[in-house]
Amino acid sequence: MSATARSRRSKATRDAHLFPTRPYDLVKEFVVAMLVVGILTVLLAVVFSSPDRKAVTLAAWAKAAPNDVVATATAELAGTSTSAGYGPPYNHAAPGQNLGPLRLQRLGGVRIPIDSANDLVISPLSAVTGDAALSVALRTWRSASDVQRTTWAGHYADALAAVADGDPAKVAAGTYGPVPILANRLMSLARSGSLEGLLTSGGTFYSSDETKPLLLLTDGTYLEEQARADHLGGDQWGMMNETGNYPGQPWMWLYTFWYQVKPFSTSTNADALVWGLMAALTLIFTFVPFVPGLRSLPRHLGVHRLIWRQRP
Amino acid sequence: MTTNQPDPRSWTVRLRTRLARTVPAGQLLPDRQPAYVRSWIYVFGVASLAAFVYVIASGLVLSLKGSAWWHTSSAGHFVNSTHLWSVELFFMFMVIHLWGKFFMAAWRGRRALTWITGAVAFIGSVGTAFTGYLSQSNFDSQWTAGQAKDGLNAVGIGSVFNVLNTGQMLLWHVMLLPLVLGVLIVLHIVLVRRHGVVPPFDAIPPDRDHAEVTGPPGADDALSPEPVAPVLR
Repeated sequence: MSATARSRRSKATRDAHLFPTRPYDLVKEFVVAMLVVGILTVLLAVVFSSPDRKAVTLAAWAKAAPNDVVATATAELAGTSTSAGYGPPYNHAAPGQNLGPLRLQRLGGVRIPIDSANDLVISPLSAVTGDAALSVALRTWRSASDVQRTTWAGHYADALAAVADGDPAKVAAGTYGPVPILANRLMSLARSGSLEGLLTSGGTFYSSDETKPLLLLTDGTYLEEQARADHLGGDQWGMMNETGNYPGQPWMWLYTFWYQVKPFSTSTNADALVWGLMAALTLIFTFVPFVPGLRSLPRHLGVHRLIWRQRP
Repeated sequence: MTTNQPDPRSWTVRLRTRLARTVPAGQLLPDRQPAYVRSWIYVFGVASLAAFVYVIASGLVLSLKGSAWWHTSSAGHFVNSTHLWSVELFFMFMVIHLWGKFFMAAWRGRRALTWITGAVAFIGSVGTAFTGYLSQSNFDSQWTAGQAKDGLNAVGIGSVFNVLNTGQMLLWHVMLLPLVLGVLIVLHIVLVRRHGVVPPFDAIPPDRDHAEVTGPPGADDALSPEPVAPVLR
């Protein structure tokens, strides 16, 4: 045997069962752990409780920020909202993000098809009866060409952006077609509390899918304003925080961290880049035992001397 | 002629033999541990397990009354609070356990799979907790879903794992992920019991006749197929 082989072999890990033993009551240890953790859990629950800020309903949104609802409805009709220009999995409006040459977002396909103008605005409004002006507006919208629709909605969106608070009452006269009525009626529908049901029912009695109302809500600015006020913004470590002074998900600190630093914080491709990086780091973490250098690091760090103070 | 000898072709006998080989007799619940197991760091593995039991138990109570119960009942809110804090403790203990095992290079001596199952269980726990936040049906769920969809959609996952679909997230949270996590944790514990607690670096058993080596050298001996020859000193 060579000297090197002998040296390496002398460093090999021996079978744990060959070392001297001492009495160790595993069951007692588990029972004590259960008691201690149980007491800690109940104490923390009693002292700190848990956060439960109510969900923002579409009615609450319409009452608190009606102009935001009108602006969002207009953006859906103009095709300029976030969801309208999102790309997969909702539509083909954009290629989506990529990881180098890998166009993973496109690869996922359009599996949750959403036509923002029709699904989030026109379709729920079509369920309203007894509103002659709305019926005319819907007929006008449906009979117009795509170019005409986009022109109307685009002009109205610009007009809303030009007035203080985006107040529709202050908008100057213009060629907006039926868009002002459609946007106004969607706001009224939301305020009445009927919009959620119209967006989630999808022709079925039961619903557990909030994709459409959440897309509409996140297309507006109200939800984000509320979240930012509660330190939940993307650049406020929002993914790991939760409402109030609660710990949230601190175990997601590394994932959230990348969004706070360049190039991720300024990249339009940030999500794909962060996910790619985290996937690589996760693989390294999982397969540490096989990563040269990293697997030997603990021996050199010496922290193990605090754990094993006496040599067996 | 009949015989009481077990039939080696019997699937039952084969399974029994395989199970007996996986965790040798006396190793599933041993009443002794190697003398070097003498540090508070060893407590955090069992503390993680205890917290996991409370996570499951409080989750089961929440399931009994339905997903909206905790919004309307003070008792429900308290149970939700125990669910939240047991999760926080679970992660705290697990992270300490994980760092402890890293500093011990606990994958040595053919324990690579033990590390891997623990690491995957940690990652699975992050996913399970995440779906819990999505299933709360409150403001946090709305905002977290709205933010998370972009990350998942950017890599094509969102088309099959729709964080805006509360029904899908709730089922992942209460059924699929805890089931996978439970299996991983059982596997992890079985592997710990099978291989025992990793010895200190370069430690040699005092009995020279039994100085058997269980893997290739140093910190690199994570997954050796068979024990190599005993060391002669």
